[in-house]
Amino acid sequence: MEFWRVPFDSEAIEVSRGIVYIIEDRCKGCGYCIEFCPKSILAFSSRFNKKGYHPPELLDHDICVNCHYCEIICPEFAIYSLPAPLEKTG
Amino acid sequence: MTGDEACAEGALAAGCLFFGGYPITPATEIAEHISARLPAVGGTFIQMEDEIAAMASVLGAAWAGKKSMTATSGPGFSLMMENIGLGICTETPCVLVNVQRGGPSTGLPTMGAQADMMQARWGSHGDYEIIALAPSSAQEIFYQTITAFNLSERYRTPVLIMTDEIIGHMSEKVIIPPADQIRTEWRPKPRGRKDRFLLYKPGPNGVAPMPAAGDGYKIHVTGLTHDEKGYPAMSVEAQQQMMERLKRKILDNRDDIIMVEEHQIEDAEIVIVSYGISSRTSMAAMQQARAMGIKAGFLRLITVWPFAEEKIQALAQRVKGFITVEINLGQIHLEVMRAAAGITPCHLVGHHGGTIISPDQVLAKIKEAF
Amino acid sequence: MPAATKTRAAHQNHPLEDLIRSDRIPHIWCPGCGIGTAFSACLSAMKGGGRNLEKMCMVSGIGCSGRAAGYVKLDSFHTTHGRAIPFATGLKLGNPELDVIVFSGDGDLFAIGGNHFIHAARRNMDLTVICVNNLNYGMTGGQAAATTPHLAKTTTTTAGNPESPFNLPLLAWASGATYVARWTILHTRELTECIQKAISKSGFSFIEVLGPCPINYGRRNREKPMETLRLYQEQTIIRNNADPMDLDVDFKKKVVLGEFVDKQRPTCIESYDRTCRLPE
Ligand code: SF4
Ligand code: SF4
Ligand code: SF4
Repeated sequence: MEFWRVPFDSEAIEVSRGIVYIIEDRCKGCGYCIEFCPKSILAFSSRFNKKGYHPPELLDHDICVNCHYCEIICPEFAIYSLPAPLEKTG
Repeated sequence: MTGDEACAEGALAAGCLFFGGYPITPATEIAEHISARLPAVGGTFIQMEDEIAAMASVLGAAWAGKKSMTATSGPGFSLMMENIGLGICTETPCVLVNVQRGGPSTGLPTMGAQADMMQARWGSHGDYEIIALAPSSAQEIFYQTITAFNLSERYRTPVLIMTDEIIGHMSEKVIIPPADQIRTEWRPKPRGRKDRFLLYKPGPNGVAPMPAAGDGYKIHVTGLTHDEKGYPAMSVEAQQQMMERLKRKILDNRDDIIMVEEHQIEDAEIVIVSYGISSRTSMAAMQQARAMGIKAGFLRLITVWPFAEEKIQALAQRVKGFITVEINLGQIHLEVMRAAAGITPCHLVGHHGGTIISPDQVLAKIKEAF
Repeated sequence: MPAATKTRAAHQNHPLEDLIRSDRIPHIWCPGCGIGTAFSACLSAMKGGGRNLEKMCMVSGIGCSGRAAGYVKLDSFHTTHGRAIPFATGLKLGNPELDVIVFSGDGDLFAIGGNHFIHAARRNMDLTVICVNNLNYGMTGGQAAATTPHLAKTTTTTAGNPESPFNLPLLAWASGATYVARWTILHTRELTECIQKAISKSGFSFIEVLGPCPINYGRRNREKPMETLRLYQEQTIIRNNADPMDLDVDFKKKVVLGEFVDKQRPTCIESYDRTCRLPE
């Protein structure tokens, strides 16, 4: 089942694109970022990190809207997004 | 001025700017007196919801950089034990006054005793060293409160003043010297790079400098066993290192911390050991014994903890015996026995509490035992 | 086919990196534990408010949530069980310039520390108290708490909890708190905003954060972490200024979230200065 959260600033971010960074070894595999990404573009990777968890990976970073939700729901400071360089958006 | 008021005045003279209290007989007058005086000197008094909170607030204020204190009696002392432990573990300077009354439990709220002496030593869980002073007059509690603050700042540790209802409520003449004749000490502040600062890295006297919250050191303070940085460290080695240091910083400075007063000890055959209010009894008994031709001496413990065991050990080699005088059923007596180690007989003139011991009782014991 | 995931070995770039003691990360909290998210929201709020971080401190008690103080790279105090609030009270009174944030759990703040909570609220101590409510004692293995729902299973209530839980915002309101809000860890943005507001507001602020304890509470009550979050989404309703009487946590009905109290009255320090520091 799908969980939808409309980001506060959805209008502003409609036009922006983000790049997601994952600090794999911090991840404990809770899956919250995956479940609650409004674009459903994250999934568990098949890799194991140092602690034996599967960190998430990006399915398609072109449609990350840089809403930071993955960043703020993550209990582990393991994932965050930054704005993509302008030329890549649009 | 009463002993309780003199204590409050001593605290102000020492630079105390925070008092977290909770009313309890016979210590209430300390809170009352200081609550009226603190605002005018820029300090803060707060009456907390219980003694647990009072002690916690004292530690908080100490980390805010203030000299801070509380005062209580038996039942409240029991409640404060938890955060005395935190104060010792986190090396937090502060002063706690116990105006002792008869116990156990609610006991004799309006009548004195000296029965919390072992609780002062061991009342919080775990092994630790503690500093405890015992005043014998209103004038002395004034000075001792200043000394207690100085020791707590010097050694970054809670210091106890173990007084009692009798001194607390007794009115005596107290001379308050001008401020420039009072020596006050302050915890050493750290220097050097803030990001490299180690909260528990001891200086030459075994004590680390201490910043306050807001000074920019980003300190972490925990009651968990911790390393020099202050970070929790759950290991046998970390425990050993921390405990050893906590112990050493007190015991290696024994000569500085332990204060005793000797009266006619040089040629004494019988040594009366006492402290606090009972030292007045003991002094009188010693003088009466001398008048009767008995070679009695008197050792007054000003610092009760750490215990002056070397002193007792040395005396044990040459005296005929010790008599410990205290308003309890044998607490410091046990320490005297431990230090005398069977070499010399040790006797107790104790009391169940509620009143002072009369010199006659001490004299009777001297005659009976020797 | 998966696009290349950007990964970073260097950690410095997480937006909260400067506020966490990275040398102590990973933290001790279990996978899926809600404390990490609540903590992260708290750090975002501390940082986002534009206040002087050098004067900001965190005080915690004991328990899983109580470990938060150990991970924030600010002056931080991990005190005794239940005593975070009175310690924080001394800290704030000792230096009123400090912003003091108490971050702890429901057991710590409302069972062993309940008395301190109501009194700090009554005297309107200028503190921001954040309580991660996970409905049980996590650190000690999942015992019943003052917040455990009636009939819920814990290690000390294996047949179900015979007692009823506190309604925390009601308690805070009745005790005199000047700011009271409740969110879940799923409502991270609202939570962050409220914490930020609470920090900049003077007086006693209380924010309850519902967060899962999957390892102890969840497991015994047949709730997977994702299911708990689902409850947070489906069984909650946002009603600002709701009647505090309606704020029981009962997921069989809707749990009300929002900002419930936001009022002004003199803080403990203001009142003390006005009353006790009379000009001679
Ligand atoms: S920032 Fe995170 S949650 Fe938001 S769209 Fe990008 S990947 Fe998804
Ligand atoms: S939310 Fe954080 S810890 Fe959980 S799976 Fe995503 S990256 Fe890993
Ligand atoms: S026991 Fe529960 S509360 Fe504690 S860290 Fe684990 S999940 Fe979180």
